[in-house]
Amino acid sequence: MSTFLQQIVNGISLGSIYALIALGYTMVYGVLRLINFAHGDVYMLGAYTGYYLSRRLRGDEPSVVSALIVMLGSMLVCAIIGVLIERFAYRPVRRASRLTLLITAIGVSLFIENGAQLVFGPDPKFFPSLAPRADFRLGHVRITSEQLTVILVSVLLMLALRFFILRTRTGKAMRAVSFNLDAAKLMGISTDRIIAITFALGSALAAAAGVLIGMQIPKIDPLMGIMYGLKAFVAAVLGGIGNIPGAVLGGLLIGVSEVMVVGYLSSTYRDAIAFGILILVLLLRPQGILGRVQKEKV
Amino acid sequence: MKRLAIAAGVVAGLWVVNGLLSGTLVPGVSISPYFLQVLCLAGINIILAVSLNLINGFTGQFSIGHAGFMAIGAYASAYVTLTFGDRIRGVLTFLPEAGRSGALLLVGLAVGALLAAFAGFLVGVPSLRLRGDYLAIVTLGFGEIIRVFILNIDAVGGARGLSGISKLANFFWIYLFAAATILVVSRLVRSSFGRTLIAIREDEIAAEAMGVDTTKSKVISFVVSSALAGVAGGLFAHYLMYIHTNSFTFIKSIEIIIMIVIGGLGSITGSVLGAVLYIGLTEGLREFAQYRMVLFSFLLVVLMIVRPQGLLGHREFLQFLPRRWRLGADAPAGGG
Amino acid sequence: MALLSLSKVTMRFGGLVAVNDLSLKVEPGQLYGLIGPNGAGKTTVFNVITGVYKPTAGQISLDGESLGGKRTGRITRHGVARTFQNIRLFADMTVVENVQVAFHCRQAAHVGAAVFRTKTHEEEEARVDRESRALLKIFHLDHLAEEKARNLPYGSQRRLEIARAMATSPRLLLLDEPAAGMNPQESNELMDLIRWIRDKFGMAVLLVEHNMKVVMGICETVHVLDYGSTIAIGPPAEIQRNPKVIEAYLGGA
Repeated sequence: MSTFLQQIVNGISLGSIYALIALGYTMVYGVLRLINFAHGDVYMLGAYTGYYLSRRLRGDEPSVVSALIVMLGSMLVCAIIGVLIERFAYRPVRRASRLTLLITAIGVSLFIENGAQLVFGPDPKFFPSLAPRADFRLGHVRITSEQLTVILVSVLLMLALRFFILRTRTGKAMRAVSFNLDAAKLMGISTDRIIAITFALGSALAAAAGVLIGMQIPKIDPLMGIMYGLKAFVAAVLGGIGNIPGAVLGGLLIGVSEVMVVGYLSSTYRDAIAFGILILVLLLRPQGILGRVQKEKV
Repeated sequence: MKRLAIAAGVVAGLWVVNGLLSGTLVPGVSISPYFLQVLCLAGINIILAVSLNLINGFTGQFSIGHAGFMAIGAYASAYVTLTFGDRIRGVLTFLPEAGRSGALLLVGLAVGALLAAFAGFLVGVPSLRLRGDYLAIVTLGFGEIIRVFILNIDAVGGARGLSGISKLANFFWIYLFAAATILVVSRLVRSSFGRTLIAIREDEIAAEAMGVDTTKSKVISFVVSSALAGVAGGLFAHYLMYIHTNSFTFIKSIEIIIMIVIGGLGSITGSVLGAVLYIGLTEGLREFAQYRMVLFSFLLVVLMIVRPQGLLGHREFLQFLPRRWRLGADAPAGGG
Repeated sequence: MALLSLSKVTMRFGGLVAVNDLSLKVEPGQLYGLIGPNGAGKTTVFNVITGVYKPTAGQISLDGESLGGKRTGRITRHGVARTFQNIRLFADMTVVENVQVAFHCRQAAHVGAAVFRTKTHEEEEARVDRESRALLKIFHLDHLAEEKARNLPYGSQRRLEIARAMATSPRLLLLDEPAAGMNPQESNELMDLIRWIRDKFGMAVLLVEHNMKVVMGICETVHVLDYGSTIAIGPPAEIQRNPKVIEAYLGGA
């Protein structure tokens, strides 16, 4: 029983990472109907930005302040990167077919992955520890301070996002754009600006996930975004793509089921489980758990 | 009769070229083994690109799991020739050595193609109901699942890979099957059945309203395409003599997509051109290996922005030539 | 027996009732007009008949055989063909290929035969090509046969849609606003054409149209829908005098 609870804790911690990345997928899909293949790579860039920032800050003792600087700095850098990707790669093909958009996204993803291998070197790097660490025990269940940080930071960021989307003008405009881009434009909403903000937000969340994973599993490499990105995408689809609470729910479900498969079955099926879930969802309930059906107009 | 003569001519021609390239026909006449290998890999990629184009280009369904079917063909055929090779050769003692190897290869390829086709059927029936990017992601998922499963089958080497495969494939066989693939796909798309595929690409709802059984057409095109990917995988295994699941990740699927996108979705000659260009550039830029993928991906994005239909678009190469050069034959390349 | 019969068909989208308790009968060879103000549910009726939507309630049958639960493709093969309000041609295919696709559903096509170019396959392809071109000639499109459908002028695209639907050899033809965007001369020609194909092929035509001149000019029975419900059925002359119809069109609600 206690191992089971331990797995749940580990799963929630991993799932929070997926959820943070999944939010970016779901928000971008909401406004552009695009699977932003490069999103997982932005997450990787977030981890690397965090890595270089924390190297610069080294000398200081691990402290909460430096951890905060690293986190926010990385989020800012990736927000800018996200906006640049949208501006220079996706905006020129926004009105083209969805296939063109998808291939463009694949191209951007490959570009970042290979560029990163060139710039950062293909070998893994080890993330320095940023904050003082400690283990907590709840009966037989152990929670590391990293896991706790991951969960707390994720919850905070998600609450902030929720507030932003539901309460602010820009958030409302974002919802309008994702409901109907053309109508939103006619209502005087600057859709270009909203789309750019969506990319900035999604990328910042992915960067936070990158820094958090760097703190937890201190190994990062230029291709780390591929699998995390794909699984986070699966999480978004599972929850109902375009649906923000759905992305969080999907992320947690994928995280927990992956940890369970590794714990009780075999680690070689680690990557197959997410795809298995994806296929089941798309065949049985393609709109996802919280999504709504959309039928093409004839 | 005429068709038989053409087929015989193609076989003989390939045999002669094969002999010349590999130095077995005229002593002293050959090309470097490296260049020969590049040519052979290009041939395998032609099969992959042209077959994937049947789904992605002509039927308009976006699959990114082609490498999975290639893997099935590679592993199944290699398993057959490794396990039953001696027995099959034993039955065929009346043939000369080259004939025995060829027959063994054909048996392996047939099994690989059938299994890949069957997998294509299993994957296609449920997933082809989905559209666009959803289908893309499901095929990607299936491709990865196929790979993970093979990785866990110890009988085919698991994580060690499968080694000791006989070198049964060569330039001759690879280009014979490349020609056959081009022939099959070009005849299919210019038949009544092929028109249903293109109609689905153009407007699936209208195609269904015109009485086209869209599910059936899509599944057939997926199965044919998977079978051909299986053949490519079998040739790959019997050419390189060693296979590992790392050769069949979704990166490989994306490479094939880049080839058909460069050439033009919906153009057979475009796919051939794309495959050759891709391999040519990859090898040509070998010295700059670390920069070349950066360059490719950059060019892919630029291509999507300035010419999303690819170099040839929906058209075939011959359609770009002035009419009088076409020798009165308006049929595009590859026609029989 | 009626060729097409709808009995008590209701189609609901969430809270919206697009078609409400609709019953209608189209006899073989009849020209039947379905009219009503915008949003009256006319196109939805087409989508329900052709299996694009599954009706919430009610029965639909063709020649006594139920169409319920059948997919669009099967219903077409059963003898119902349609055109679309917002033209849906295969834009990147040639005009003749558009028609050939529709012939496919009456063709015994084998993939193997296509690959090996068997004699029967080649003869079949030649026959389809001949018949497609003959059909195009009827619709005055034969000179455009090798043109891409997307390059056709609007009126020709509308005619090609009808030609394409005809190629499936329907017993019932559903035309969704065929005269939309046509000038008076073109719509006169269209009326002649519809009448002519009905007489020549003996099929029934169910017509949704906003152009009253066309509807009243060719239909034998006119059926008026408003907010998904039937408000009148009868011959054109009667419908034109019907106070409920006049109210629905000229305001009131």
